[in-house]
Amino acid sequence: MPNRSEIPTLFSDCLPKNNILTSTETLRPYECDGYTAYKSLPLAVLLPETTQQVIDIIKTCQSESIPIVTRGAGTGLSGGAHPISNGILLNLSKLNEILEINHELQYAHVGPGVRNLAISDAASEFGLYYAPDPSSQIACTIGGNIAENSGGVHCLKYGLTVHNLLEITFVTIDGELITIGSECYENPGYDILALLTGSEGMLAIMVEAKVKLLPKPTNKEVILAAFNKVEDAGNAVAAIIAGGVIPAGLEMMDNAIISAAENFCHAGYPTDAAAILLCELDGYGDSLQWEIDQVTEQCNLANAVSVHKAEDADEQELFWKGRKSAFPAIGQLTPDYLCMDGTIPRKHLAHVLSEISNYSKEIGLAVANVFHAGDGNLHPLIMYDANNLGELEKAEQIGGKILELCVSVGGTITGEHGVGIEKLNQMCVQFKREELNQFERIKESFDPTHLLNPGKVIPTLQRCAEFGKMHVHHGEMPFKDLPRF
Amino acid sequence: MSESDYIQTLSAVIEEANATQEALQILGGNSKSFYGNKISANTLDVSKHIGIVDYEPSELYITARNGTLLSEIEEILEANNQMLPFEPPHFSPSATLGGTVACALSGPRRAYASSMRDCVLGVNIVNGKGEYLEFGGQVMKNVAGYDASRLMCGAFGTLGVLTQISLRVSPKPHSEITIAIEINQREALENMNAWTQTQLPISATYFNNEVLYIRIAGLESTTKKAHQEIGGQIIENSEKFWNDLKNHQTDFFRTEKPLWRIIIPNTTPGLPINGESCLEWNGGLRWIKSNENTQQIINLCKKMKAQATLFKTNSKTKDCLASINPNIQKLHLNLKTAFDPKRILNPGRMYSWC
Repeated sequence: MPNRSEIPTLFSDCLPKNNILTSTETLRPYECDGYTAYKSLPLAVLLPETTQQVIDIIKTCQSESIPIVTRGAGTGLSGGAHPISNGILLNLSKLNEILEINHELQYAHVGPGVRNLAISDAASEFGLYYAPDPSSQIACTIGGNIAENSGGVHCLKYGLTVHNLLEITFVTIDGELITIGSECYENPGYDILALLTGSEGMLAIMVEAKVKLLPKPTNKEVILAAFNKVEDAGNAVAAIIAGGVIPAGLEMMDNAIISAAENFCHAGYPTDAAAILLCELDGYGDSLQWEIDQVTEQCNLANAVSVHKAEDADEQELFWKGRKSAFPAIGQLTPDYLCMDGTIPRKHLAHVLSEISNYSKEIGLAVANVFHAGDGNLHPLIMYDANNLGELEKAEQIGGKILELCVSVGGTITGEHGVGIEKLNQMCVQFKREELNQFERIKESFDPTHLLNPGKVIPTLQRCAEFGKMHVHHGEMPFKDLPRF
Repeated sequence: MSESDYIQTLSAVIEEANATQEALQILGGNSKSFYGNKISANTLDVSKHIGIVDYEPSELYITARNGTLLSEIEEILEANNQMLPFEPPHFSPSATLGGTVACALSGPRRAYASSMRDCVLGVNIVNGKGEYLEFGGQVMKNVAGYDASRLMCGAFGTLGVLTQISLRVSPKPHSEITIAIEINQREALENMNAWTQTQLPISATYFNNEVLYIRIAGLESTTKKAHQEIGGQIIENSEKFWNDLKNHQTDFFRTEKPLWRIIIPNTTPGLPINGESCLEWNGGLRWIKSNENTQQIINLCKKMKAQATLFKTNSKTKDCLASINPNIQKLHLNLKTAFDPKRILNPGRMYSWC
């Protein structure tokens, strides 16, 4: 294993000198991604500008057995791009070229470092846009979106990244360049495109993508409904969907978030409401009005205090600005917070929120809730102060309990943020040993030497055993034939 | 038989096959046995594992066992004004959910709604080692671990025996009408591709015999408005028309000639292949009945970035499905080994080499 001083020489044939960072000062900005609770310096940061440079780097890493963590903008919230001290951080943000906007076949051909919002901006002149819109879309890159199968407000109606991806070109750990997918509606063989989407940089390194573009809705409306009870807002969500309306976006915010967002950007939110729903509708002809009527009626039937349709495009934008500012806005209330990410069947919303409130009271840390209500994707924000000894651990404890609660009601430990390093323990709750072993075999079928993002996503058997507080009787380990490492 | 008894029995059969190295041929409703390669192996009948396990209209999912008839699933959805958005074909009344997922075929709505794989939320399988595994679930957003659920779509049972599947469902449109326009193929392709860039509420297109059929979905007033924009004549029995098309019950599909299923970028002009053709999915799916040389058709399609599958044929042909690149073949083989190390499950059913 090379040391830091050997890195510039080792990669000198792959990259210009200035694209190899090894000094402590230059590495410091890369010590964590959006999951800031843990930090460590990588061996080096490499900044390739071409696909060939990526291939050369991978081949060098393989021959020297150097682990690789890939990163774009580093906005991920689960530590999926957290650096490791004995590995390089491969930053693909310089592969940020929009290679083609094909308006006839409606796709954008882009490098992994292109920002999510930049795709829609470039497609705008053709009346097209890219639908998946994570809250961080102004900064996050499409490479990261593919690695995490990101969602966002519009994925209830228009799907996640996996539904909006046509083709990717990736480099394998052997340095082979492979393109999978096409400009067609289907592709032959196993669905490796779907398998790589959301694989958190564990299987291959993506260097190009073709993403689907949709026509921009010409008519849309945004409704803000306020409720005195969170449960009523939850019931309204179920009723809207059961009634046959699939909104373009359906978001819920609790009182803590409403107040913080209102204070942050003056969106016109009712700060006395226990919860608000933001519902975006788009449609053709009279169907838009029919949907507005349906949503209004269902909210009223669910005891809404007020139902207000945005007057114009400016007010629509303001409503969404409040929602998109929820995460930064909460920074006014607390020095630190953990943003959790679990998904539940919507019918359990009231129960889950009530349990979260109980956990919050038990442990003495406040929790605010903002979520993609339409698809049951919760984002509890657990507030803590890292300067107070033990508070981070307490926040992690609640976070873990919330995710386990999601699993217990039939949901999942991550809807769109990924597992990263944050949710390794909870993987042992959601999956049994055989399933984790199958994941391990999938990993090995792409990366047998475990050089790509090691230590992420799939917990070791030992970790599961320890997390599950395995009972050891008279020194005899259960399943003693299993390898433990 | 209880669920756990069924799983135990299935696991035992697969473990036994591993021990004896005798391959198994998975058989459900046998409605798509013509599709893909024919193989010779002991039959593993999974058609008796039936029943809808869970259906929550307000949660937009349905969970059912693999042997459940598609017709049963569609019936219960219909009663709740919902549907499978990918509009799967039934090539016979015995079509099952498991076979539908294993073959991943989508119907006329595909270009405007979802594909089969887009709708899969979770699957339970028994892999080639006889292990019972649950992937995904019933919620729309789930990125815990690798997406093994979608990997099962179109895998022809070569990675695992599907035992239970959860699918996303969607509301049915209020109404649908179909209009027909007499037009040539070039104009049809131009029109279909122009409409994809508009808000018109089209839910399917089909071109055959110089007639373009366009299905419009929505409130009666919106279908009327769209009809005014598009023009053409409304046809009777719209529902039967599209059902017959997706189930291959129309005259076009009654043929002794080899039937090709060609997936191609929508905007590609007509293919220079001798034979009768029809178009679906805005031109993205082309069916061609042709006696032309197989390899010539495949080579021509490759040049045009198209994927040619010999969908139905009377001749004994190996590897009917669209071919894939050698470097991707390597990944396939690795994945096959990861799920089914001794090649017990449907070996060669998809490709002779896998």
